[in-house]
Amino acid sequence: MSLILTRRPGAGRTGPLSRPRIRAVVRKEIQDYRRNRFIVVTMTVMPVIFMILPVIDTFALPSDVASSMLTQRVGLSLLYMLIVPAVTPAAISAYSVVGEREQGTMEPVLTTPLRTEEFLIGKALAALLPTLAISYGVFGLFLLLTELFAHPNVATAVFQGPLLLAQVLFTPLVAGWSIWAGIAISARSNDVRVAQQLSTLASLPPLAVTSLFSFGVLTPTLRLALILAAVLLVVDSLGWRAVSALFDRERLVTGRRAS
Amino acid sequence: MSTTLKTTSPALAVTGLAKRFGPRTAFSDLSFQVDQGEVFGFLGPNGAGKTTTVRTLGTLIAPSEGSATVAGLPLTPANGIEIRKRISIMPESPGLYLRLTVAENLRFFAGLHELPDAKDRIDRALRAVNLTDRANDPCRSLSKGLRQRVGLARALLNDPSVLFLDEPTSGLDPVSAREVHELIDGLRRRGVTIFLTTHRLAEAERLCDRVAILNTTLRTIGRPDELRDQLFSKTLGVRTARPLADPAAVFTGLPGVESWRADNSAGDSSDDGCGSYVLGVTDPDLAAPAATRALVAADADVLSLSQSQHSLEDVYLQLIDTDGETAS
Repeated sequence: MSLILTRRPGAGRTGPLSRPRIRAVVRKEIQDYRRNRFIVVTMTVMPVIFMILPVIDTFALPSDVASSMLTQRVGLSLLYMLIVPAVTPAAISAYSVVGEREQGTMEPVLTTPLRTEEFLIGKALAALLPTLAISYGVFGLFLLLTELFAHPNVATAVFQGPLLLAQVLFTPLVAGWSIWAGIAISARSNDVRVAQQLSTLASLPPLAVTSLFSFGVLTPTLRLALILAAVLLVVDSLGWRAVSALFDRERLVTGRRAS
Repeated sequence: MSTTLKTTSPALAVTGLAKRFGPRTAFSDLSFQVDQGEVFGFLGPNGAGKTTTVRTLGTLIAPSEGSATVAGLPLTPANGIEIRKRISIMPESPGLYLRLTVAENLRFFAGLHELPDAKDRIDRALRAVNLTDRANDPCRSLSKGLRQRVGLARALLNDPSVLFLDEPTSGLDPVSAREVHELIDGLRRRGVTIFLTTHRLAEAERLCDRVAILNTTLRTIGRPDELRDQLFSKTLGVRTARPLADPAAVFTGLPGVESWRADNSAGDSSDDGCGSYVLGVTDPDLAAPAATRALVAADADVLSLSQSQHSLEDVYLQLIDTDGETAS
């Protein structure tokens, strides 16, 4: 019999992460979300709202709009498009841990061999996959409507390689930030609604930066975009480690901090 | 494949285990062993530390001091995952995903255990709890008793060598509770070690090979009959149609009889004119025939002669009441 260390006993971190266990979490989460009316409504209504506004904005532009105005309005429309991956996963990620606690499923899950990191990665992927599908879907629809119904010079301003590439690139990066922020808040919250409100707020900082581009405060250069993307990539890649540190199994089970 | 250990090492061995939350002690100085295949009852009032003990042994929370082995492995941080592969815990609240079906719930947990033959295991677990026909029902539609059975099916998925059941019949109606008892009986026959926390004393008496009574510290541990013998002297109760003229002459010096007294607590004895006596005995099998012969010789009309039965509840109340008196 060995002397017990007072470190969390469930915190064993030996061996590689298990893909089947992560897959099990992702599958369960998606099954559960599909039947959660609040999440379904949130994930449907929010993207629609953030697509309608730029569509109206873009369609309202006259054919003889000034170049600077056109650039600004297109930038604003694309910013709206980036709000979708920022805000949409907040509903899911905020629910991810505190929701488990509320329905009493946290304890049974933690009594399995599932590691904290696997749990968190599974949760994050389950939020990321529908977010990407929705965000790219909404963006694709926006492009289609622009191509079909906007004035040709407006459509030309939208269909610029760098802009489209930035949109494609930043969508998962912004979503990643939002997801990890949401899960981190969820892991420390005791109430789903509070977690969702805080998560929505926490999803906004990357948008603040992109807003600066859209409103011409910052000049969007390739170098700056790459730096920003790299920062987000690092944050997203290390998010699971940072959130793991916040994930206190003992507090989640007993409501008290590990002593 | 069953993970039941085939060695002779105890399923659980606990030495000096304690858990504190800040200034509050959940439990302390806990030492006991549970043998493989044993059904071990862990009794105590609310707040005694039963659930915290289960969570500690189940690697959910860290002990403040002491040591333990669980399913053959030292309870250390590095062994957390390996221990959880070998055990199952069924919490008091089954904790099911209510929007998912029974089968989806079980499939999820089979995935977390990385069970290679998940479908077979799920089918087996559902058969074990008689829920095969409800596999595709959403858990939301199940009664509390049925949800409890799903929780038990989930706990059986990984063929645990140690199964922790935390108040498995809490809130269940008698029929549902009886079904859970039958399931536990079935697991005992399969040789599964069961650590059962409950405050249903009849349940513990019926199901458990040994019981421990906890009230922050361990108050006693043993077989229910041993505990009764430790705490209560053996007695024979005698009722006669009329009070004996000279009971001392009848009972004094009988083999196996240490003492006797008139049983004034039998309120009806004076009302109905009966005699009632309690004999303190060392060996009921020796004392009962001798007392019968003496009563017949004294021309007494014997209505009944019976050995007094103390239940586990009497033991429990005696110990917990003692704690209450000590505290006050």
